Amino acid sequence: MGVKLLLDKANVPGIRTYDVYRREGGYRSVEKALKEMTTDTIVEEVKKSGLRGRGGAGFPTGMKWSFIAKPEGVPRHLVCNADESEPGTFKDRYLMEFLPHLLIEGLIVSSYALGSNDTYIYIRGEYAWITDILEQAIDEAKAAGWLGKNILGTGFDCNIHVQRGAGAYICGEETALIESLEGNRGNPRIKPPFPAIQGVWMRPTVVNNVETLAAIVPIINLGGEEYAKIGVGKSTGTKLISACGNINKPGVYEIDMTITVEEFIYSDEYCGGIKDGKKLKACIPGGSSVPILPANLLLTTAKGEPRYMNYESLSDGGFATGSMLGSGGFIVLDEDQCIVKNTYTLARFYRHESCGQCSPCREGTGWMEKILQKIETGKGEMSDIDLLWDIQRKIEGNTICPLGDAAAWPVAAAIRHFRDEFEWHVNNPELSQTSNFGLQHYADPIHVPA
Amino acid sequence: MATIFNDTQMTEFKRLVARYPEGKQKSALLPALHLAQDSFGGWLSTETMDYVASLLTIEPIEVYEVATFYSMYNLKPVGKFVFEVCQTGPCMISGSDNIIDYLKKTLDIKPGETTKDGLFTLKLVECLGACGYAPMMQVGKIYKEHLTKEKVDSIIAEYKAQAANN
Ligand SMILES: Cc1cc2nc3c(=O)[nH]c(=O)nc-3n(C[C@H](O)[C@H](O)[C@H](O)COP(=O)(O)O)c2cc1C
Ligand code: SF4
Ligand code: FES
Repeated sequence: MGVKLLLDKANVPGIRTYDVYRREGGYRSVEKALKEMTTDTIVEEVKKSGLRGRGGAGFPTGMKWSFIAKPEGVPRHLVCNADESEPGTFKDRYLMEFLPHLLIEGLIVSSYALGSNDTYIYIRGEYAWITDILEQAIDEAKAAGWLGKNILGTGFDCNIHVQRGAGAYICGEETALIESLEGNRGNPRIKPPFPAIQGVWMRPTVVNNVETLAAIVPIINLGGEEYAKIGVGKSTGTKLISACGNINKPGVYEIDMTITVEEFIYSDEYCGGIKDGKKLKACIPGGSSVPILPANLLLTTAKGEPRYMNYESLSDGGFATGSMLGSGGFIVLDEDQCIVKNTYTLARFYRHESCGQCSPCREGTGWMEKILQKIETGKGEMSDIDLLWDIQRKIEGNTICPLGDAAAWPVAAAIRHFRDEFEWHVNNPELSQTSNFGLQHYADPIHVPA
Repeated sequence: MATIFNDTQMTEFKRLVARYPEGKQKSALLPALHLAQDSFGGWLSTETMDYVASLLTIEPIEVYEVATFYSMYNLKPVGKFVFEVCQTGPCMISGSDNIIDYLKKTLDIKPGETTKDGLFTLKLVECLGACGYAPMMQVGKIYKEHLTKEKVDSIIAEYKAQAANN
């Protein structure tokens, strides 16, 4: 069993309620932070912990916090990003649904460190029942004196508000989220200025992911140095992985980042192997935006070394032979899955979610969807594959926000690693409608099928 | 139905606005539109949007802009129950196509349509954050997960019974 810092109490009956959570040692970090630490020492501990943002980009949290501007007389805000809309990702939902007080506890400490008296949780609109759970937890915490005015007699005031979005993946991007919080369309802003200088209502703002803010609790309780001892290299602490697709045990797992991808997929402690005794074909290891990898490159790096479930190892080899840990949305495809169709559904998703501000993203995502649909339905031509490649290259790096890249990468990686499957679709317009390219890539070097 | 919040709805509206700084009441627009949609028949008519604009003292166009951007706001009347079935990659590889076909056949409608009795609307949506519990659909506030044909049958029966009891 690996170390658990976030989900260790998830199975305690009643842990969702304040009384049980408190009895199990909850809110200790607030006492410690507000009574024994200064805002600067909290930021120092977070820096020492090596915590990297869990929303997908992996930016060091302590460093982000140290950038927040502190102009005299201007309120600052912490905003918790609970938009969670990257396909394959459902870890924040789990954390908020089962351990709402853990997030609230992390938010109080973080709000104190950043000087946010009004902190907002921006949650995707579809998570309506979780909004109710969070609001109840906030009411309980307030009744117990952890929120409101003059918390623990320290003079620090803090309130937490939950705002529901209304169905838009782009609002997970931090500047689109800020626009949405202001009651606007979710159009990302051009940076700079960065939110740390001018964020919500033009005030200094820090946006962090749910899991990042929950991780502040064990960091304060253990101390940054102890936290940093868990994991490996720059992948410190633990990470929540939401595993889905064709595996025996889909769900949310907390891992310390020293386990191999192989262990994660095949061990009974985690995914429990591929469903129905089938073979592993491919995997998108960090949410739909990151490059898909065929089984061989997933389990071992191009150098033939085992691949590990952490930031560095999953990106070993760059985009040529590697991928990314991203948001931790781990999507497993078995031998019966069609790469063309899977890529098509993702292209449709990005076209649907493009905010439409930049032409390469607005037009490019539409074209990629159309061409992929054409190939998928047996009407494709060889030149379409090159055209797809060309379009994705023209999107990448040419847009206001990273959604353009996020739309381009899955298409690029699918062609890079599975070009023969695309060609097979073009060459077999009828056969491809009734059967499947299958496992001609099959090269899992470890679990060689019988 | 008159487009005006009753007392409970107005109290909730005021709670929403109070969460934001003075003069930043426009920030309450998204939650206010959810409240309006829930209060006035499950969709946002021009009349409803204009009402929300007047309450927040913003221009109607600011409300239309937002209402058309976000996928959860219905700009046309919908059935009493909306089945929003996820069709994105992870759900697709877990069999969502079969569930969508089955719903089309059973309800005898295409995505975007409403059954003649006005009970059910079928909507295809993108990832709802339930990928590990696929196939799935959202009905109102609730997620229905691990769908099978049998489960779909019982869900339809459940909502029909609920409608008959009201
Ligand atoms: C298109 C797009 C969607 C995103 N969606 C999310 C999301 O749903 N949740 C999230 O925490 N971060 C999301 N991000 C990343 C945020 O912009 C931001 O980096 C993150 O919230 C910062 O928090 P962290 O440093 O704690 O990870 C998204 C980014 C992009 C470009
Ligand atoms: S890249 Fe796409 S989503 Fe991002 S701002 Fe441009 S059009 Fe909008
Ligand atoms: S893909 Fe269907 S819920 Fe995520």
